[in-house]
Amino acid sequence: MGRVTYVEYDGTEHAIDVEEGVSVMEGAVRNGVPGIDADCGGMCACATCHVHVAPEWLELTGEPGSQENELLDLAPERDAYSRLSCQIAMSPALDGLIVRLPESQH
Amino acid sequence: MPPLEEMPVSSAAPVPDLDTSASQARDVAYSVPIDQVDPAQPELFRQNDMWWNFERLRKEDPVHLSEGGEFGRYWSITKYNDIMAVDTDHQTFSSEPGIALVREEDKNRESEFTGLSMFIAMDPPKHDIQRKTVTPAVSPANLAVLEPLIRERAAKILDDLPVGEPFDWVDKVSMELTAMTLATLFGMPQEDRRLLTYWSDVVTATPGQGLVGTREEKFGIFRDYHAYFTGLWNERVNSEPTGDLISMLAHDPATRDMSPLEYFGNVILLTVGGNDTTRNTITGSVYALDKWKDQDAKLRANPSLVPSMVSETIRWQTPLAHMKRRATRDVEFRGKQILEGDTVAMWYVSGNRDDEVIERPNDYIIDRARPRQHISFGFGIHRCVGNRLAELQLKVIWEEILRRFPEIVVLEEPKRVYSTFVKGYESMPVLIPRRN
Repeated sequence: MGRVTYVEYDGTEHAIDVEEGVSVMEGAVRNGVPGIDADCGGMCACATCHVHVAPEWLELTGEPGSQENELLDLAPERDAYSRLSCQIAMSPALDGLIVRLPESQH
Repeated sequence: MPPLEEMPVSSAAPVPDLDTSASQARDVAYSVPIDQVDPAQPELFRQNDMWWNFERLRKEDPVHLSEGGEFGRYWSITKYNDIMAVDTDHQTFSSEPGIALVREEDKNRESEFTGLSMFIAMDPPKHDIQRKTVTPAVSPANLAVLEPLIRERAAKILDDLPVGEPFDWVDKVSMELTAMTLATLFGMPQEDRRLLTYWSDVVTATPGQGLVGTREEKFGIFRDYHAYFTGLWNERVNSEPTGDLISMLAHDPATRDMSPLEYFGNVILLTVGGNDTTRNTITGSVYALDKWKDQDAKLRANPSLVPSMVSETIRWQTPLAHMKRRATRDVEFRGKQILEGDTVAMWYVSGNRDDEVIERPNDYIIDRARPRQHISFGFGIHRCVGNRLAELQLKVIWEEILRRFPEIVVLEEPKRVYSTFVKGYESMPVLIPRRN
């Protein structure tokens, strides 16, 4: 179990305990955090669970994979901190993770 | 072949839009040997009888080869997860040179429009570059600007509808709203908006099936369409950027040097994608809520279900029935040997009815647990770029309908489009008995 803080576009924070191995996307969807659509259900097939990882967590969450990278390119708000949250699995090292949600999912 | 009575029975209970007249069509679908099943039959789509081939293929031969029919040799991918696997593997399954099945008689026939290309039918990196040029038109910021305009137009369209007398919903509402929106996106005069509807229909029309008589006639209309948009390009390219799609294409370094046929191809893509799909889903929503009265009552009791109803309609309608790919290499897929160069049809219309992924898929249920889980927008890098604009138009028209009309009665079955690609409606007579 580790704590993830999801920050909505308007600044509203949701601190959620997410089980180890569960994706950051699922942590949001299962707990009703608004702003993550996850249309493809976590298959790395769309870009609707886009998040911006807080800069201090970027190294631990790592780089997007190649398919993820292509899909992130579909998101108009993509930046250097962008990840698809379905591709970040919760681990003890990520306890305290902060992710910011974009204005909309595309 | 087993006798008919041994055929597997449908797992779904009877549903309102697949009534008893369909059972005959179902018998026909199950009566041919499986290797002769060919789901790409436009007449079945016009009759709304295409479901049974797909039901059968999902169960008996989910990755299926058809040969010798109207569209020649092609593979059908019919299950949700298999479609997703193909859609997300653009290295193996290319979108070039086109994304809709082509009739045998049209293959290898040259015309002045041969070589027409559009970014949906390109692979990376060119696809990514051109797609990015037009993406700002449907950005959150631009949608926020468009929403009040769409709402004002939707209100006017609905306020002008006749009450107590029959009219065609497709013509008076679905076409009007979507044509207005697209004309705005293109920066066209509003009085020309219905040209877009017409051209969109011509693009996807089969010669000899109503709208256009012959292939030559179709290309003649293309010439007018092309000339119109060449005029718009010339206006935009010689003035400051105006923020509309044509201006974006004419000024962006990535697209301003496009060939005329590439420009025209992208115009066609944006016309069909930005008009036809949303139009048919708007009509589909009225039809489905008339057939499933319990869902209509649910929506009216709880208007906050509108966004969920919109997603469910997009799934249930599946306004584009398939997308085509071309295998770039020999590949074994689910035990089948697909050869380099083979045509592969991802049948979204079938994937959206796959009961391994979607519960009671033939039923229209506006408050599903995960309404956004559908394959109508596709997945992977070609996923629909205008999906949020489509959802916005549907949401707005329904919010405005609910304010005005307690009931919309569908008077008879709609006339459906003769196409294996565009799954839509030519007309649908309705009656609004009274206002709120």
